Amino acid sequence: MIALEKRPTPSRALSLATPLIAVAITMIMGGLLFSVLGKNPFEAIRTIFWDPVLGEFAFYYRPQLLVKAAPLVLIAIGLSLGFKAGIWNIGAEGQYIMGAICGAAVGLAVYPTETRLIFPLMIVAGALGGWAWGMIPALLKVRFGTNEILVSLMLVYVADQLLASMSLGLLRNPEGMGFPGSRNFSDYPAANSWINEAAGLHWGMAFAFIAVIFSYFLLNRHILGFNIRLTGEAPRAARFAGVNPTRLVLFCLGTSGALAGLAGLFEVSGPSGQVNIDFASGYGFTAIIVAFLGRLHPVGILLAALLMALTYVGGDLAQGNLGLPSAAIQVFQGMLLFFLLALDLLTNYRVVFKKKGAA
Amino acid sequence: MDLSAINPVLLIASLMVAATPLLLAAIGELVVERAGVLNLGVEGMMIIGAIAGFAIAVETTSPMVGLVAAMIAGAVLSLLFAFLTQFALANQVASGLALTLFGLGLSALMGQSYVGIKPPAMAKLDIPVLSDIPVLGPILFSHDPVLYIGISLTAAVWWFLKKSRGGLILRAVGESHDAAHALGYNVIRVRILAIMFGGACAGLGGAYISLIRVPQWTEGMTAGVGWIALALVVFASWKPWRVLLGAYLFGGINVLQLNLQAAGIAIPVEYLAMSPYLITILVLVIMSADKSGAPASLGRTFHASQ
Repeated sequence: MIALEKRPTPSRALSLATPLIAVAITMIMGGLLFSVLGKNPFEAIRTIFWDPVLGEFAFYYRPQLLVKAAPLVLIAIGLSLGFKAGIWNIGAEGQYIMGAICGAAVGLAVYPTETRLIFPLMIVAGALGGWAWGMIPALLKVRFGTNEILVSLMLVYVADQLLASMSLGLLRNPEGMGFPGSRNFSDYPAANSWINEAAGLHWGMAFAFIAVIFSYFLLNRHILGFNIRLTGEAPRAARFAGVNPTRLVLFCLGTSGALAGLAGLFEVSGPSGQVNIDFASGYGFTAIIVAFLGRLHPVGILLAALLMALTYVGGDLAQGNLGLPSAAIQVFQGMLLFFLLALDLLTNYRVVFKKKGAA
Repeated sequence: MDLSAINPVLLIASLMVAATPLLLAAIGELVVERAGVLNLGVEGMMIIGAIAGFAIAVETTSPMVGLVAAMIAGAVLSLLFAFLTQFALANQVASGLALTLFGLGLSALMGQSYVGIKPPAMAKLDIPVLSDIPVLGPILFSHDPVLYIGISLTAAVWWFLKKSRGGLILRAVGESHDAAHALGYNVIRVRILAIMFGGACAGLGGAYISLIRVPQWTEGMTAGVGWIALALVVFASWKPWRVLLGAYLFGGINVLQLNLQAAGIAIPVEYLAMSPYLITILVLVIMSADKSGAPASLGRTFHASQ
């Protein structure tokens, strides 16, 4: 008989290996899915995972990988802090939108002034916008005990409507001949997040690296990070140790909100270029997968975000070359999370074979 | 603005239609949560039900077969969640989110060839004499059969939880899985059955949107109804009749804001469209003070060794 035995401590080796095994299984199952859709599975997998990195036209796709990975890293780093403490912010998409709206609004308000101060101001406004949106579920949770999962998610839909309202109303380009959407930031150098567009480098990348380093030190070298980990692993022990849960909720939701807001700001003033109805692209939700795939570890998240960016870029490529529907990539990403969660069992439990009745 | 264009009789009748998918999904989730499992995948199971029901109804030209297929699809998807949380002992919050993300992607993939198609129409239950009564007729007696199924399901769930032995076992599992296990009940089996029931209900609710309420298939058409259903269970303090009340309240708000949009009220469309979500938050804030109705084992993983 097969039984599960809880390990005294989670296996370190397996905790590192499971994401890789999950990716491998997802590739096999994804291949099956693609062949059901009538595509050659090997060609599809090669197009998605090989061509953008090492293929013939990789020089064109590699910069795009960075562009897609930067917001994912920023958002997922923020989410991982909360997830570690059992604080579930799943409304990062909304915070991302609000950061973009607030940051862009500051830039557009002073258009066409050219000074070096504008972009830093926009960064502050973007972070504040996301922070404020994240503080709503945080304050409601600490004051009224409201479930932060539901509130943060409801706020995504609210932010979506605000985005539509902004791009059709307040922030609409006055010279846009009635089309929805704001002025394009690519025509406004002082408020542009690109460092080197050809290399795919924008300020979001720099901030993503800072966030990774910051979060690594916070979690491993700072009492606040220790408290976060303690609360997640043993809430009762944390309370006896004097950890203040209110401060933790405010910090985790606020920080993840601010980071998501930054991601939105860098996206709107760079790759996306303008506030528009279709600006929200689901990074806030994909970042949840990135956070888990990266084992809630800063370096892991960096690698996971690159992999997830690969599925985006490769997915686009496969859509163009092989006619693979874009929704197939979404299914692929969802499957990855499934396998990851299922394989986690092996990290925390040992599978033992027992004789029947020997309990 | 012309508020006289809003007909109160039609408003109430369409309120009941708008409330039904919410009611179905929420009553299913209520049973799941009473068994001590928090399944955040309602949105994913609903959208899978919506496309599965739609596709099967179009292929077989029978909406009834479509609805049954939607229930099966929802239950099958919920089995994934059941496997993750009951056998692989995965975190319920993460597994539920995975279910929703996966469901949204899969439904978009399945629905590609069904965009812009009209599904076969569902016959309304036209009771000869009763539906001709002036005001009560259109409100109470001339709806599609699923709407009545939703109401009777609420009664059935109330009876099951309150009066039957099975319901007692289910509640015991939800309140203290260790005690239920010690008494010899199979905690895992009870929970899996509850999860499947929740999946079937969510699937039916989704198909109600795509086949009867809208009726059409568009990507992501459930637009957060599954999440509102989760909030509704909290609002109802885990009690079936309050779910019905809450669903009608939310249905009413939604229909009212759509009517106000159509009547051309001075508030911009976007602000009206965000009102159901804002009101959900407001209701959550008001109801969160009282957590006494929550099952004690809600969201905790059960393993017989612990």
